Amino acid sequence: MSDSAIATEQVSPRGSRRTGTLYRGDPGMWSWVAHRITGVLTFFFLFAHVLDTALVRVSPNAYDEIIETYKTPVVNLLEVGLVGAVLYHALNGLRVLLVDFWKHGPRLQKPMLWTILGIWVVVMAPGAYFMMERTVREMFGGN
Amino acid sequence: MALALDKPRAPRRPAARRGNFELVSWVFMRVSGLALIVLVLGHLLIMNILDGGVHRINFAFVAGRWSSPFWQVWDLLMLWLAEIHGGNGLRTVINDYARKDSTRFWLKIMLYVSMVLILFLGTYVIFTFDATIPTTH
Repeated sequence: MSDSAIATEQVSPRGSRRTGTLYRGDPGMWSWVAHRITGVLTFFFLFAHVLDTALVRVSPNAYDEIIETYKTPVVNLLEVGLVGAVLYHALNGLRVLLVDFWKHGPRLQKPMLWTILGIWVVVMAPGAYFMMERTVREMFGGN
Repeated sequence: MALALDKPRAPRRPAARRGNFELVSWVFMRVSGLALIVLVLGHLLIMNILDGGVHRINFAFVAGRWSSPFWQVWDLLMLWLAEIHGGNGLRTVINDYARKDSTRFWLKIMLYVSMVLILFLGTYVIFTFDATIPTTH
């Protein structure tokens, strides 16, 4: 093994200014990973969603039947996941814009990450409530 | 003593880039992303959260919305921006992770075919929507 390879292995996998890696393992990296995952998932959903909406050109009942699956408990829960994914992608996209175009953006990228995660929780709490309220009531409320 | 280098510089600089495509794509992601924040979050708020959410959606609900040019334009704009924004994102993902040129090529062909299909189908449905279409059995 060469000297340089040994030196490389001694670098801590955790990112920090002290170890010389600013990015790897940093929250900024995970925000990028989450941005990719939520983006790809949303793109695949969009594919399915345009196909199911296209059933309005077949007949009213063909469309109503497919839309009924959106109202089942499992799919309803998946919709909360979709809204959560899209909301994260939107908020983090806004953060990326601020990092790119706002003069204080790069310096404040980490506080901005905690801010968007806070906004996400504040929006998702009532959002999930209104999305799931009827499904939960019908499952456990008995009427 | 100066270091003797065989070729201190490459004889010609390679072309920096072929056109401005990647720059245009970078700008497009930001501009379309900003528009999609309004279009998509508005769509999700109306369709999934307000006034009973998904439980009130059916054919009649869609017919009511698409009787208004405002929502037709909203949905058409959302369709095109989201499909191209998402397709361009997936193109980047394929470029990053495909290891073989042939894999990369065929994944992109699949992506572009799906994009054309979705854009054509979605546009067709918005422009030819017919609220009086008969029920089938």
